[in-house]
Amino acid sequence: MENIELERIASQVRRDILRMVAGVQSGHPGGSLGCADFLTLLYFHEMNHQNDPFSMDGKGEDLFFLSNGHISPVWYSVLSRSGYFPVKELGSFRKLGSRLQGHPSTDKKLPGVRMASGSLGQGLSVAIGAAASKKLNGDHSLVYTLHGDGELQEGQIWEAAMYAAAKKVDNLIATIDYNGRQIDGDVDDVLSLGNLRAKWEAFGWHCLEMDGHDMQEMKDTLGKARALCGHSKPVVILMKTEMGMGVDFMMGTHKWHGSPPNEEQLAQGLSQLSETLGDY
Amino acid sequence: MRDFEVLGNKDTRSGFGAGLLELGQKNDQVLALCADLIGSLKMGDFQKAFPERFFQIGIAEANMMGIAAGMTIGGKIPFTGTFANFSTGRVYDQIRQSIAYSNKNVKICASHAGLTLGEDGATHQILEDIGMMKMLPNMTVVVPADYNQTKQATMAIAEHQGPVYLRFGRPVMPIFVPENATFEIGKADVLTEGKDVTIVACGHLVWKSIEAARELEEEGISVELINMHTIKPLDEQTLLKSLAKTGCVVTAEEHMMHGGLGDSVAQVITQNQLVPQEYVAVHDKFGESGTPMELMSKYGIDTPDIVLAAKKAIARKKG
Repeated sequence: MENIELERIASQVRRDILRMVAGVQSGHPGGSLGCADFLTLLYFHEMNHQNDPFSMDGKGEDLFFLSNGHISPVWYSVLSRSGYFPVKELGSFRKLGSRLQGHPSTDKKLPGVRMASGSLGQGLSVAIGAAASKKLNGDHSLVYTLHGDGELQEGQIWEAAMYAAAKKVDNLIATIDYNGRQIDGDVDDVLSLGNLRAKWEAFGWHCLEMDGHDMQEMKDTLGKARALCGHSKPVVILMKTEMGMGVDFMMGTHKWHGSPPNEEQLAQGLSQLSETLGDY
Repeated sequence: MRDFEVLGNKDTRSGFGAGLLELGQKNDQVLALCADLIGSLKMGDFQKAFPERFFQIGIAEANMMGIAAGMTIGGKIPFTGTFANFSTGRVYDQIRQSIAYSNKNVKICASHAGLTLGEDGATHQILEDIGMMKMLPNMTVVVPADYNQTKQATMAIAEHQGPVYLRFGRPVMPIFVPENATFEIGKADVLTEGKDVTIVACGHLVWKSIEAARELEEEGISVELINMHTIKPLDEQTLLKSLAKTGCVVTAEEHMMHGGLGDSVAQVITQNQLVPQEYVAVHDKFGESGTPMELMSKYGIDTPDIVLAAKKAIARKKG
């Protein structure tokens, strides 16, 4: 898909995110806006996947696991916009009885979600398991994950990182949303990750970097990542993003990590994003 | 009371190892994961027979639970193996989110449960695991009584779709469940029928309860003994039928009094027909180093404790 078309979809995804969190006055817009371009690219261009019927086992499909489950709005928007469930269902986000739980779950059987996430640090292990299952099944498709940078403070991530390298899990591409911010402030102030690239490389991973708002650069980097797969090492991409991307007053701060806009702020935000596919 | 023939003496963990091996031969979707305790968990035979389906995770139990959860996507049936302490308390949140809430077909197999882990002491002697696991929605909790039953249970849980906690132990204990017995999840075994008191036990305490029942019978007390190998779902029907006959109950388990088999039984009693209940369990204490049998005696979960509890329960019934 052309970059311009992907960007048009991402604009609609950002509108969905703002309207979802504003509609229920709850949820996490900042990181969701920051990952809108990446998830749009994954679902509309990169991954080989199937939405109808949705298969939990995903045999023969590329799989995606959202480890930082709090950015569920962006995932739900992309899933619905790519045909996993009706777009109008986005309006039920976080409401009683909804399949769109605050954090993703399999409990309500929302198509596209294969694992609950929200309690941080668990998605890389899960992805390693799914990748192992693919190898045993002779399935050559790939497993993708997304993690927050703050999430890397969880120890389980590094258990999984050590394992994936030692056991040559080479059908896995992990991406880090490297926006430098977490709920209490800048990651460097809360608990610095130090030299993150050096850490991943020391753990035995191929480490790539990309701008998470440049479609062409992401296409090129993901292409490189795929080419590195199958060569005995796992691949991680440090994806530089801006929390709140696309809405000027939400950028440059951690304050919109988990706060919804009010009515006036919503209107202001929506005025900065084109309605390209029609609001839900 | 019927006689119980001792068919041999083995540890329940060896029953797990034997069951896992046989399962591996029968079902190629079965995988085994271990966190650096292959010998202790008796997983070596599976590892040798099916190296491509065996995963040495290293000392990283949280990662093991997550990997196991992920493996179910694609149709695999992963069995995780480590000590009960590291299978539950250490990884509760991983089990809660990635296995129980996500309803994944993972079999959490836990050895060295309870005091009978012995000399390693309280850091490793978990007595809270049944409670933690039974509180999780979607989770089935199985505590088999001897080697044969552990082998049978290991094979049976592979046929059950959904997460299971299988708890077994370290010490060598008498085998009394026939080799060809059928194991059905959620269906208790009435080992012997009686009229004065019901003893409901699980795990190693089933054998101790057989010993207690023999002693009680010599004193003219008739015991109905139930091997409640599945704590969740609890076989309420068998329990209530027995209590209607005997009118009092002793629960016996190698677990903390709070949250174990006894509390599951108490919930059934309070919601149906009130009868006196005595707990044989550990009373709000951590264990310590010692031999398995010394510890069972010191912490009040041995044969004489069951005998005493049965007499108390009967006395309370009579008012």
